[in-house]
Amino acid sequence: MASNNNVLGLIFANMHDDTIETLTKTRTTGSVLFGGRYRLIDFPLSNMVNSGINEIGVITKRNYQSLMDHLGSGKEWDLVGKNSGLKLFPPYGRNESVLYAGRLEALKGIVGYIENTSADYVVMSDCDAPMTINYKPIIKAHIEKNADITAVYTVGNLYKTGTIFSMNEDGRVVDVMINPETDGDCNISLNTYVVKKAFLLQIIKEASSRGAVSFERSVLQDSKDTINIYGYEFTGYTSRINDLYSYYKANMNLLDKTNRNALFTSTRPIYTKVKDTCPSKFGLDSKVKNSLIADGCIIEGTVENSVIFRGVKIGKNTVVKDSIVMQNSIIGNDCNLSCMILDKNVNVSDGKILSSAKTTPLFISKKTNV
Amino acid sequence: MVDLDMYIKKECVAMLLAGGQGSRLYALTQDMAKPAVPYGGKYRIIDFPLSNCTNSGIDTVGVLTQYQPLVLNDYIGNGQPWGLDKTRGGVHVLPPYETSSGKSWFEGTANAIYQNINFIERYNPEYVVVLGGDHIYKMDYSKMLAFHKENDADCTIAVLNVSMEEATRFGIMICDPNEPNRIIDFEEKPAHPRSTLASMGIYVFTWEKLRKYLVKNEEEANAKRDAGESWSKDFGKDIIPMMREDNQRLFAYNFEGYWKDVGTLDSLWDANMDIIDPNVPLDLYDDSWKIYSRNPIMPPQYQGENAQVENSVVAEGSDIDGSVDFSVIFSGVTVETDATINYSIVMPGAVIKSGATVEYAIVGENTIVESNAHVGAKPETMDNRDDWGIAVVGHNQVIKENQVVAPKQMVPDIRKK
Repeated sequence: MASNNNVLGLIFANMHDDTIETLTKTRTTGSVLFGGRYRLIDFPLSNMVNSGINEIGVITKRNYQSLMDHLGSGKEWDLVGKNSGLKLFPPYGRNESVLYAGRLEALKGIVGYIENTSADYVVMSDCDAPMTINYKPIIKAHIEKNADITAVYTVGNLYKTGTIFSMNEDGRVVDVMINPETDGDCNISLNTYVVKKAFLLQIIKEASSRGAVSFERSVLQDSKDTINIYGYEFTGYTSRINDLYSYYKANMNLLDKTNRNALFTSTRPIYTKVKDTCPSKFGLDSKVKNSLIADGCIIEGTVENSVIFRGVKIGKNTVVKDSIVMQNSIIGNDCNLSCMILDKNVNVSDGKILSSAKTTPLFISKKTNV
Repeated sequence: MVDLDMYIKKECVAMLLAGGQGSRLYALTQDMAKPAVPYGGKYRIIDFPLSNCTNSGIDTVGVLTQYQPLVLNDYIGNGQPWGLDKTRGGVHVLPPYETSSGKSWFEGTANAIYQNINFIERYNPEYVVVLGGDHIYKMDYSKMLAFHKENDADCTIAVLNVSMEEATRFGIMICDPNEPNRIIDFEEKPAHPRSTLASMGIYVFTWEKLRKYLVKNEEEANAKRDAGESWSKDFGKDIIPMMREDNQRLFAYNFEGYWKDVGTLDSLWDANMDIIDPNVPLDLYDDSWKIYSRNPIMPPQYQGENAQVENSVVAEGSDIDGSVDFSVIFSGVTVETDATINYSIVMPGAVIKSGATVEYAIVGENTIVESNAHVGAKPETMDNRDDWGIAVVGHNQVIKENQVVAPKQMVPDIRKK
């Protein structure tokens, strides 16, 4: 298999921070914890690596300490080598310009990096839709159609926010709507795009001269008639995250075997930071049903329909139901939790009862003592 | 003089003897060396000495391999999981090699180090730590090295205080009543032990001295061989006795803590069960002394609607819908609905199908136990308790539907060969 040395990967780590505010208070969307042992950025990053893309830039904006810590040198994704590399781009600007407001402005900040790569094509992805996807056929379709932009979408009901495409029979995008009111199936953008590098550089420069910041509005919407934008349907499993409820659902969906097997395959593994945690231990009266449990946990109580991250401790006679418990949180004895989302390092003392409803899971922020 | 930065001086180099066949693990070591045998849900035995090296600040390790090295070599790779991927030092796999004189295979533990004198000399060390790859323990070698220096020792041997009964199974060190910890004599598996200090097979040598005795042993053993006499090139049998005869300073370093040999099927099973036992002082959850390993790239474990897991350790990537009690389940294991696992060790990638029972057994990597098969049995179900023992299924085997693997039985049975 020829390597895709001519494709550059760009990941936007902070896009959609505002839709999951509670989770991104101290981190980027890309570093939001997901599925028991992952961060959202693991998905686009692993997809790129598994599609033969070895040169990847991660564009970030704020709260990127956890992201830097997570990515390290990139060795977990095999991105350390003579012909590969991972670069993290914190915002930098000249003079008064501080933080970028949109995708185009962010791209402008790294125009030199893009120019200097040997890539002919660029795959851009956000971190809000964990999926296992092969970019190779999309790049192939992009070249065959001689497209300027190929936009990846999924068909489904639009929940809350999103970009919607309408296409003609040929697959060419003829209409673009942002956050519309809709009913029924529509073509929802997965914020994943393939572009020719030369074309990308051209639109960045044009946008800059016109003060345009939004890729979706200024390029997709405004130029759809003059440039060739094609849609590419992703038919695999994904779960878009654009508020706390959809985040909760996206995690809970993994308890379904079909979804889990679609996301975690042996041929396209999802890599993440190695923690060297030992296997999880189950005590004398532990009872676990329909749950995902990562390594390093000590479970002595009951866990049902939940996602438990690495290094979590759950005490005796405690019941945890329909909940997400993130890394290193400790739940004492005789507690009862249902429909809760516990961020990292939360301490729940003995005998506490914390409960909510599946439609409105309750969030407890990092390092809280309850 | 050209300064070869790559071979910058190291105070201490560790040499890990990983060439042992582990013949008493039978089917489990048919295709892999003993140090590569899986242990504790996600580890291999060699993770313990390698992690101990890293945690003790020893960053230059030679791993001597010989028997079935493929799995071990793959596993060690560039040493990255243990932080031993260094520009200067790091982990080096040292297989036997051929020279113009035609020698190749390691002829004993001392000869294995002798053949790699050049490797050690590149780092110009003051001290060399010699380790085995057949024990589960957490130990700070830097404390032992400090002890070695304090005593101005030539060789320090780590010892564990065992019971008088156990002492008959070990090499026993006898210390000078007038000079604390100074070894004056030793005996191998004595019927009537004069001490209870058992050698752990962990040595710190002052390199200059070790080199001298390695050369001496080599010359003497070769001379004996040429004369048709029996000879050996072994630390326990040759190097240590020679040093004692020459009145070198030998010291016993008392180690306190968990240390377990995993050289037999029973002891391997025991050592795995120890992880589950809260009264055993082996804490794998202690962040200050982590045991590193090559981590499988797998999602978290999933336990289904019918899962019933108690008193067990289960690793990531497993999919459990049966019942598991007092067992160690490695990564990527599938336990189907209505399958039962008790007091057993199930190694990576194994599949236990619906209705199958595995008890008091070890199931090797990627082995499939088909529906309603029965591997092993509870000791209390035996008419004659002497017939009872751990049942063992090796790696990559298939146990057919309704097949019974009796206690003590091995599949494949390589004992006969």
